[in-house]
Amino acid sequence: MTRKKTLKRLLSYLSESKYQLVLALFTALIANLLALYAPKVVGQAIDAIGVKNNVDFMAVYKYAIILLIMYLVSSLFLYILQRLLIIVSNRITYRLRKEIFDHLQDLPISYFDQNQTGDIISKISYDVDTINTSLSTDILHLFTGFITAVGSFVMMFMISNTLVIVVLVTVPVVFYIAKLRMHKVKPLFRLRSRKLGELNGFSEEMLSGAKTIKAYGQEDTMIAKYDEKDIEASDAYYNADYQGSILGPSINGINNLSLSLISMFGTILFVQGKLSIGAISSFVMYSRKFAGPINETAGIITEIQTAITAAERVFRLLDESVEKEDDTAAIELTDIKGEVRFDHVSFGYDPKTRIIFDLNLQIAPGKLFAIVGPTGAGKTTIINLLMRFYDVDEGQIFIDDIPINMIKRQSLRQAFAMVLQESWLFEGTIAENVAYANMEATTEEIINVCKKAHIHNYIDNLPDGYNTILTDNAVNLSKGQKQLLTIARAMLSPAKMLILDEATSNVDSNTEIQIQKAMLELMKDKTSFVIAHRLSTIKTADQILVLDHGKVIETGNHDELIRAKGFYANLFNAQFTQ
Amino acid sequence: MDLLKRYLRPLLRRILVGLSLKSLAALAALFLPYLLAYIIDKVVPLKDVTMIWYFGGLMIMISIGGWISEIIANRMASRVARDAIVDIRHDLFTKSIYLSCAQMDKVTISSLESRLTSDTYHVHRMIGMMQRMGVKAPILLIGGILMTFFMEPYLALIMMATLPFITYLVYIKATKGISLYTLVQKAQDKMIAVVRENTQGMRIIKALARSDYEKDHYEQVNKAQMNAEKTVSNKMAIINPMMSLLMNVGLVLVIVAGAYRVNGGISETGKIIAFTNYFTLITNAMMAVSRMFVMYSKGIASAERIESIMQMSEDLKIIDKDDHSNDHVVEFDNVSFSYLKKKNNISNISFKLDAGETLGIIGATGSGKSTIMQLLLRFYDVDQGVIRIYGQDIRSYQPKELRDNFGIVMQNDFIFQDTIKENIEFGRIVDDNMIEQAAFSAQANAFIDELDDKFEHKLNSKGTNLSGGQRQRILLSRAFVSEPNILLLDDSSSALDYATDARLRKAINQKFKNTTKIIIAQRVSSIKHADQIIVLDEGKIVACGKHQDLLNESSIYAQISESQMGGALLD
Repeated sequence: MTRKKTLKRLLSYLSESKYQLVLALFTALIANLLALYAPKVVGQAIDAIGVKNNVDFMAVYKYAIILLIMYLVSSLFLYILQRLLIIVSNRITYRLRKEIFDHLQDLPISYFDQNQTGDIISKISYDVDTINTSLSTDILHLFTGFITAVGSFVMMFMISNTLVIVVLVTVPVVFYIAKLRMHKVKPLFRLRSRKLGELNGFSEEMLSGAKTIKAYGQEDTMIAKYDEKDIEASDAYYNADYQGSILGPSINGINNLSLSLISMFGTILFVQGKLSIGAISSFVMYSRKFAGPINETAGIITEIQTAITAAERVFRLLDESVEKEDDTAAIELTDIKGEVRFDHVSFGYDPKTRIIFDLNLQIAPGKLFAIVGPTGAGKTTIINLLMRFYDVDEGQIFIDDIPINMIKRQSLRQAFAMVLQESWLFEGTIAENVAYANMEATTEEIINVCKKAHIHNYIDNLPDGYNTILTDNAVNLSKGQKQLLTIARAMLSPAKMLILDEATSNVDSNTEIQIQKAMLELMKDKTSFVIAHRLSTIKTADQILVLDHGKVIETGNHDELIRAKGFYANLFNAQFTQ
Repeated sequence: MDLLKRYLRPLLRRILVGLSLKSLAALAALFLPYLLAYIIDKVVPLKDVTMIWYFGGLMIMISIGGWISEIIANRMASRVARDAIVDIRHDLFTKSIYLSCAQMDKVTISSLESRLTSDTYHVHRMIGMMQRMGVKAPILLIGGILMTFFMEPYLALIMMATLPFITYLVYIKATKGISLYTLVQKAQDKMIAVVRENTQGMRIIKALARSDYEKDHYEQVNKAQMNAEKTVSNKMAIINPMMSLLMNVGLVLVIVAGAYRVNGGISETGKIIAFTNYFTLITNAMMAVSRMFVMYSKGIASAERIESIMQMSEDLKIIDKDDHSNDHVVEFDNVSFSYLKKKNNISNISFKLDAGETLGIIGATGSGKSTIMQLLLRFYDVDQGVIRIYGQDIRSYQPKELRDNFGIVMQNDFIFQDTIKENIEFGRIVDDNMIEQAAFSAQANAFIDELDDKFEHKLNSKGTNLSGGQRQRILLSRAFVSEPNILLLDDSSSALDYATDARLRKAINQKFKNTTKIIIAQRVSSIKHADQIIVLDEGKIVACGKHQDLLNESSIYAQISESQMGGALLD
């Protein structure tokens, strides 16, 4: 995307606040016109003062009162203007954050598999912040600055069209220099944002792994790596900052030059009797007023650069393609029976390496289906495809004879309850976490499933019981207990199909046996997919699929597979051999 | 404030040089209007055009001088800001990573993260801007005022009458600003926490189709932050208009008073013109100062948040070495501990291990198995009792010295974005041969060999491009590679199939004969050959002994074993 497009898109966010902006434009106009006209009145007042014993006091007072009123109104409008712009910039920030977050919810799982959490956070916090800082202060400055500059120029022209020539020479020089600089600093600002994003991504990653780093006493190694990124980011910042900061003084310098020239030629004109002293005074004041906003613009050009780069990063995320839109003919699943069929399915996460080869499966409704095989065989991948976290490369998957790409995603996913090896709990009470799959669940229902999952006694013993807040590092729960909570959560789900991916891997086998009844009840009447290494948990499966390297090598029930004395039988017997 | 003092002091010399250059530029800007007044009042009446040329030339030279010194000064300011922030970030990161686990639990990772990113950014900006505007604006301000005094003390005094009001206004707002900006940062912490949670749990959120709920949830924190930002911006918005009004009132007073002075012959019109000129300069400087104060309050709010982390006291004190009490490699002596200091998570745990011995720990979910490991690594300090390694209290070791003894695999352990090699090496000095050996023992060589770039294969953050079992085998390789004295394996093979697990056990027994091993497991098969097995229940040791003994003595153990093995042989 080009800068211009980015800027245009950024500005399009302003359109939502058009009334505020029109009002802001109006107040800015009034405030600045008044502030602009003031030096003229000051000049008149000075001319009214004249010389010794010849002061026209009436006139002086008249001008003084006019000035006071003008300044008062101007300040009032300035204040209103600022409040208006705060509303506008706040709205933009809010909207950007909302859009990013909402977009994140629509992105495919692969995005989260490939991008660092820290970098995503950096975009929604730091980059949006940068845009916000720039929009709230800079737009105000550009806005009023433009009016002031144009107005001052007109006033100068009216006072002396000869002296204006000086300004006509210096202004193009200013713009030329500004253009050159912009060209130079553009890539520097891009680099600066990228490096900062990398640094933030790294920080997040390391803080998340702090325990392991501590365990190996590798703090210093990671600090050294951090330092590398820290220095890179700081250097990038410095380069952009320094190169950007040359502009301000340069423009300032040219303005001072211009002041010198005006003084010189102005006084010469005065000597020749072509200009009054009051006029020189007004002209100089206007030339200063004229320089002010140009100076400021130059100062904030660097900030605008930063904002545009930040916006680029944000827009890139917003443009990241979402999960493919549901087919227009896609339907809602109703009255699910739970028949699942894989028809010649092939898939690979990256096109070069296939994980699943020509897979064919047929699972009858309400049956328990187990997948076993060595790690990396593609077990979890089957689940990823079934839930449409990823789409198949070839072949098709059917639920109740409907191809899943013809089912609305939301409807498809809601048809499953899911317990994964990595239990995800969020900051909130235990009750909220359990009820996450079914917000309508009553307290009794929540307690009931927790009892079935054998976690109720533990929760009940906590000082705050079901209202205990779980924090991100929930020290109050072990890994296994977290898993039990997610099992309880799945029990509340009304879904007709169930996925258990290493759902009890962190739960001890005694507890597992204790919850077995509940698990069986959970699986009753549901088509269930179970991935587990503990073969005892899948012995009861109606059908067992043995996968190796993405291919089905054996299928059957437990007894059949044991009798076949193949891969499964070996796997099963391995737990008794030494 | 202390933070800034500490980090800027070493850079003081450079800051001063930069500020001096900046002052020169400011003085140049101040001198120009004075020269202008001089020309009008003194040179013009002479009607000497050459003199005007001469003075004009002087003005031009001053302009150029100011220009150059300002560019140099800006460069120095950027450099100072960079050097300061590199150190601040380094120290903050160092401090964060060295925080004890209890402290980290308290601060939370997302808050630490926002301090490392957003807060350091605000401080960086502040240091740069303060140097760039911090001297020029005050010099222009004070210089401008002095110049007016120099020219016309009486009128200057009149103009200054409004100054106390302005100072009061800025002071009040800036102080209030610091606390308000702190609230903004806090609200941001909350917002970040939600984003972090969501990116990590996206699979579940999608699976349960809870996107709308999460959007609502985010809506609240987003709104909260917006409101915090709005409050502070609105509070700050009054400064500029109010200040310019006060200044302008001063100007009007000057004109009126000036009229009387000129009428009385005490002053001249040229002076009033110069006055109005300085006045613009002073007003602009004032505005810059007020902008600086806003940025200052923001920066200070952030600096204080950084400082509060840096000032966290060393949580885990190193105690003096006590008498060498015995030669056991690992000893737990009547250890009790509670995370929340309410109900004990483990109570009265005691065991001893000698070189080459294996301890198996088994027990129900939440019975305190992982807690034992966390205490042994001194992530937390025991509440009661002593843990000893080689006869010395672990609290008497330097943390690094202590942890160098271990090879560890934790539950859902950490894999970072880098090559497989880097992930196994994990910052330690080992050669390629050792890495291959470790991968071989960990049964990881098979799948690594299938990769195109083998050990140089890039892993995603959190190892998302590996299967669960592959991740565990990388983690095992990491634990093995340093040939540690003590191996701690917490549920490290739960994602491995039985055949791989069996091969792994065999490799461990051969390769790590003399290594003391502590194995936490769900599977009896993983620990049945251990020299000692501890059965934990609700944080207490309920049985201890060898496999065969426990089968007879402990009903819990017998039950576990039964469930996994006994009844399994159907045919």
